[in-house]
Amino acid sequence: MAISTLEKPKRGKEPINWRYTFRQMRKQWSAYLFLSPWFIIFAIFTLFSVGFSFYLSFREWNILEPAKPFVGLDNYIRLFQDAQFYQSLRNTLLFTGFGVPLGMASALLVALLLNTKVHGQSLFRTLYYIPVITPLVVSAVIWKWMYQGDYGLINYYLLKLGLIHEKLLWLADPNLAMPALIVMGVWMGTGGTMVMYLAGLQAIPEELYDAAKVDGANGFQRMMYVTIPLLAPTTFYVLITSIIFSFQSFAHIYIMTNGGPLGRTTVIGYYMYQTGFRHFEMGYASAIAYILFAIIFVLTMLQMKFVKGDVQY
Amino acid sequence: MAVTTQEKKYASAHPDEKAGFSKKIMNLSGQGLVYIILIVGAVLFTAPWVWMISASFQPRGDMFNWPPTWWPEHFTLKNYQNFLDAAGIARWFLNSAIIAFSVVGLQVFFNSLAAYTFAKRNFPGRDAIFIFMLGTLMIPGVVFLIPNYIILQHIPLFGGNNILGQGGHGWLDSLIGLILPSAVSVWGIFFFRQYMKSIPDEMIDAARIDGASEFRIYWQIALPLSGPALAFNAISTFTWNWNDFFWPFLVISNPQLRTVQLGLALYVVKNRTAWDQVMAGSVLATLPVLLIFLIFQKYFIRGISLTGMK
Repeated sequence: MAISTLEKPKRGKEPINWRYTFRQMRKQWSAYLFLSPWFIIFAIFTLFSVGFSFYLSFREWNILEPAKPFVGLDNYIRLFQDAQFYQSLRNTLLFTGFGVPLGMASALLVALLLNTKVHGQSLFRTLYYIPVITPLVVSAVIWKWMYQGDYGLINYYLLKLGLIHEKLLWLADPNLAMPALIVMGVWMGTGGTMVMYLAGLQAIPEELYDAAKVDGANGFQRMMYVTIPLLAPTTFYVLITSIIFSFQSFAHIYIMTNGGPLGRTTVIGYYMYQTGFRHFEMGYASAIAYILFAIIFVLTMLQMKFVKGDVQY
Repeated sequence: MAVTTQEKKYASAHPDEKAGFSKKIMNLSGQGLVYIILIVGAVLFTAPWVWMISASFQPRGDMFNWPPTWWPEHFTLKNYQNFLDAAGIARWFLNSAIIAFSVVGLQVFFNSLAAYTFAKRNFPGRDAIFIFMLGTLMIPGVVFLIPNYIILQHIPLFGGNNILGQGGHGWLDSLIGLILPSAVSVWGIFFFRQYMKSIPDEMIDAARIDGASEFRIYWQIALPLSGPALAFNAISTFTWNWNDFFWPFLVISNPQLRTVQLGLALYVVKNRTAWDQVMAGSVLATLPVLLIFLIFQKYFIRGISLTGMK
């Protein structure tokens, strides 16, 4: 410890020995060669791409014509006056605000139950995980069928259970379409979150439970004072990644409802797609993408800040 | 509820502590409850899926039964036959397979090569490049949608473009446009690197002293020792690319170049009433990823847990 703290400032003061660096670079030339396939693709489709998008967000461009006049902050100003943008933001918040907590709660419940060393743990895990690997298009097809008004499974079983009294048009009703998509989202996402929770649960040392037992904690207390607090880093990680994921999802919404009815399921990603690839307003669509980027950037920063103060055990 | 079995263990481990009759009943009923919730949940989660498979074997008339028939009464393979007879469907599967296997091959090679370099070689700029690379992970995918579309359109000298990338459609509407942008992955490199870090340096240094080239060390030592990372990268990449719908949807317009997911989605739009064939198609579109998942599940779950743990 003492040596390293003494050494550190000394090394920092030392000027970079450029000759040595260049010699090393020449000696290790093949390292750069090894990185080049990755770097070329990364440079084009990530670095240039992100910069180009930023550039476009200050331009007006309909993709068909070469002219891309500079419009300054107009695209961003327009965003704040765009009722459709606000609606898409509200829809995204609804989708995320209900979908993420519901998905996390169901995943946590399943993970906690599976972690009691039940028989057939891996079978259950597989069954809950299947929706995650099911192709999005296929999930959309099945759920579209199940939500059908006249012969859909959902109406049949809800009627049978007496929870509804008439057949509902889930995806065509402006008030039901979003809840229907949220339920479907929970189905699609629970498995992935469950696996992360299981990993988090398995990382909690058995001794902590033993110690709690010696102290006379009952099952419920052990859950409240050992399991839940020690799962906090996992929960936080899962929360942020789920929100980020949820903010961007729109492909299944495209297939299920096409953003309707009455724009009630137009989420921000879908609105961006519409502006860019339906109305060919590439500049405006890029500005929408950057607003989404800003939101997600803030969330990621939060995550990094909190996860750094990791709970140690 | 999570602790019922531990409670039981505790009771048996300390016989002097009185595990009363009522407590035993509590444990048993607690365990019963665990199974009931898990089974009900599993039924709900698999029901849509089971219904898809069942419906794919039912004649169209039976699919609309009320109450729904879960076990095909008039078992038939006609849906599959009709679906496969529709023009160009074999081609969709071929396209998807070409894309998925190419991307897997390229990613595993490029990712592991870059990862080996980051994990086991010492060269100026290594840490800076690596940190910069990780930093780009926080850029959400939707930001790339528009620029990458335009970049593909302007790849020089392809698809009728001149050297400045003007005039044609570039890599739009081509399989290579679906393959190359995903030929490397920062997540994949990160994951491989974490794994290769655990290979002892002595092993690598010994090979260096013996005069092995860096590529040979990578190819004959580092890569073979990274089996699980390789499996996870390959499986998740395959699944992702096989299942991807939106990028092909934007890029592809030639019917000959449709992938399975794109073809199926457009089939649904075009044949709104052909639910019987759509169900058969859905089963076929899911089968490859399902098989791969079931066979390599172990690596898959372990990999996801590791990415989650960071």
